[in-house]
Amino acid sequence: MGITEAILLTIATAATPLLIAAIGELVVERSGVLNLGVEGMMVLGAVGGFAAMSLTGNPWIGVVAAIAMGALAALAFGFLTLSLAANQVATGLSLTILGLGLSGLLGVEFVGKAGTKLENISIPVLSDIPLVGPLLFGQDPIFYMSIALVIGVSWFLFRTRPGLTLRSIGDNHVSAHALGIPVLRYRYLAVMFGGACAGLAGGHLSLVYTPVWIENMSAGRGWIALALVVFASWRPARVLAGAYLFGAVSIGQLHAQALGIAIPSQFLTALPYVATIVVLVLISQNVRATLINTPAMLGRAFVPDR
Amino acid sequence: MTYLSPLIGLGLAVIAGSIMFTFLGKPPLAALYAYFIEPISELWSVHELLIKAAPLILMGAGLCVCYLSNNWNIGAEGQMVIGGMAGSILPVMFPEVVGPFLLPAMIIMGTLGGMAYAAIPALLKTKFKTNEILTSLMLVYIAQLFLDWTIRGPWRNPEGLNFPETRRFDAAARIPEMMPMDGRANWGFVIAIVVAIAIWVLMSRTMKGFQVKVIGASPRAARFAGFDDKKMVFFAFLIAGATAGLAGIIEVSGATGQMLPTISPGYGFTAIIVAFLGRLNPIGAIVAGLVLALTFLGGENAQVVLGVPDKAARVFQGLILFFVLACDTLILYKVRLAFGAAAPAKGGA
Repeated sequence: MGITEAILLTIATAATPLLIAAIGELVVERSGVLNLGVEGMMVLGAVGGFAAMSLTGNPWIGVVAAIAMGALAALAFGFLTLSLAANQVATGLSLTILGLGLSGLLGVEFVGKAGTKLENISIPVLSDIPLVGPLLFGQDPIFYMSIALVIGVSWFLFRTRPGLTLRSIGDNHVSAHALGIPVLRYRYLAVMFGGACAGLAGGHLSLVYTPVWIENMSAGRGWIALALVVFASWRPARVLAGAYLFGAVSIGQLHAQALGIAIPSQFLTALPYVATIVVLVLISQNVRATLINTPAMLGRAFVPDR
Repeated sequence: MTYLSPLIGLGLAVIAGSIMFTFLGKPPLAALYAYFIEPISELWSVHELLIKAAPLILMGAGLCVCYLSNNWNIGAEGQMVIGGMAGSILPVMFPEVVGPFLLPAMIIMGTLGGMAYAAIPALLKTKFKTNEILTSLMLVYIAQLFLDWTIRGPWRNPEGLNFPETRRFDAAARIPEMMPMDGRANWGFVIAIVVAIAIWVLMSRTMKGFQVKVIGASPRAARFAGFDDKKMVFFAFLIAGATAGLAGIIEVSGATGQMLPTISPGYGFTAIIVAFLGRLNPIGAIVAGLVLALTFLGGENAQVVLGVPDKAARVFQGLILFFVLACDTLILYKVRLAFGAAAPAKGGA
């Protein structure tokens, strides 16, 4: 395996959790709900996945637990913001604070324990193609899920009737309600889907990326995923591009650290965060594209019968 | 109802917390005692409470201005770090400078440092319409890494046996303790109370405060009234940044007396809870700051007394915010039980 191939492989591994979390949040935001709790749901998925794997010895049960954990946390968020019409920004923040605390508490017993990594799945014949083979067909199972999610979500949002309905709710929930669309039911499902994705992204961190449990191991990735949705102006294919761009930045800085480049490691570690700000500034320059794609109801509570 | 809802939320958080302790295999009543009663039953630990409450009250009061005007600054933690660093420039880099002007200079520099750092998301929001939630949060990570590098690099104590810490501050660079006989609490707490009251006066008795509330409640009405919302973004961020910077230098100069690679156990994030628990009222933030400081102190105590992991305190804090937000529905809407298939659970306002 050549060095280029190895670097490309690690970029895919770094990009996958960002991609999954962002694609989930994209669906949530398309329905008009802003869930800032991605970081919290992600870290809960990471600890839930690792704990289940550690207790059963089966990383696949870990994957299921990670998804369930994220969806459950999202359900709590949904109850507050949808049923009780609480402030979405504040509730999302509280979910992140709660998730970081709860994951630390749940993970106390698992700190320092070795985990079983989710095995890569090599697709026969195809994975033997030079360069693209191992990259596209010799990856971990969650990588395949991430690609399937991008395709599935694009198809759902832009090629199906329920997808159109979901987007219409995000653009005008009052009209949607008047048409008899069950706004809150759609939003609940979207929020839970987003949570499940964030949980799966967390599971990728603790079952594939580094199969151990480290407190706060999401390290701001949930927030970067939120930024990616804005960066992608709510389009799934652009989320894919953005996630790999960020994966490349974070892997680039790791390689730079390993090569001993004369830049302090803290500055290199800060690079993805700086890049997020720069990218957000650049993308917000394009006011028209942003206005067209931003779900108009984003972050607004919907109370039926008004 | 306005004042009842945070109390109900707090009560629910305590109940949920008791359930959590039971699951952890700890007697819930003993845990609650260790959390909320023991830390305030002795004078020295009341002093510790005031030390922890000072930054929370300051930043909680500052964030009230931001959140009331719809400026979602969640980067107080980073503004606190930069404030602490800016305030420490004199005692760390020019230790030979001592005199009566030193401490005021440090406090002013710290405040300005926090303001400057808070101005970044404000500038990006007004000039490029960049989402301030994400930029202010990313700046927290950047500030923490910058602090880490500074303390391990250029600011490392030359006589410190290679520990990652700066030189200890001269007595002239320390905020004096209020009652050194009884405990460590310093005048920073008094500064925090005074600032919180000043922000309350600003918000409830001045035109500027009125503008903040109008812009937050109805941006359209504010535009018709001719209020400059761009100036307001800066105003809100600079107030919050000033309180965070002040909190930073009070923590460094008052509580620790030197700079370490981390200067805050997440006070800037907990201050978000303080602001909401205090009903976005700076006076409320004083009470809420004391309550949240108690969870920090109680968490440390419960870890020593009962062996509860210190993370339980963070869960508690998250639960408080969660339940307070849930109870806000009681203020905004009239709850009415409705029976029937399609009937919504509650009516309109």
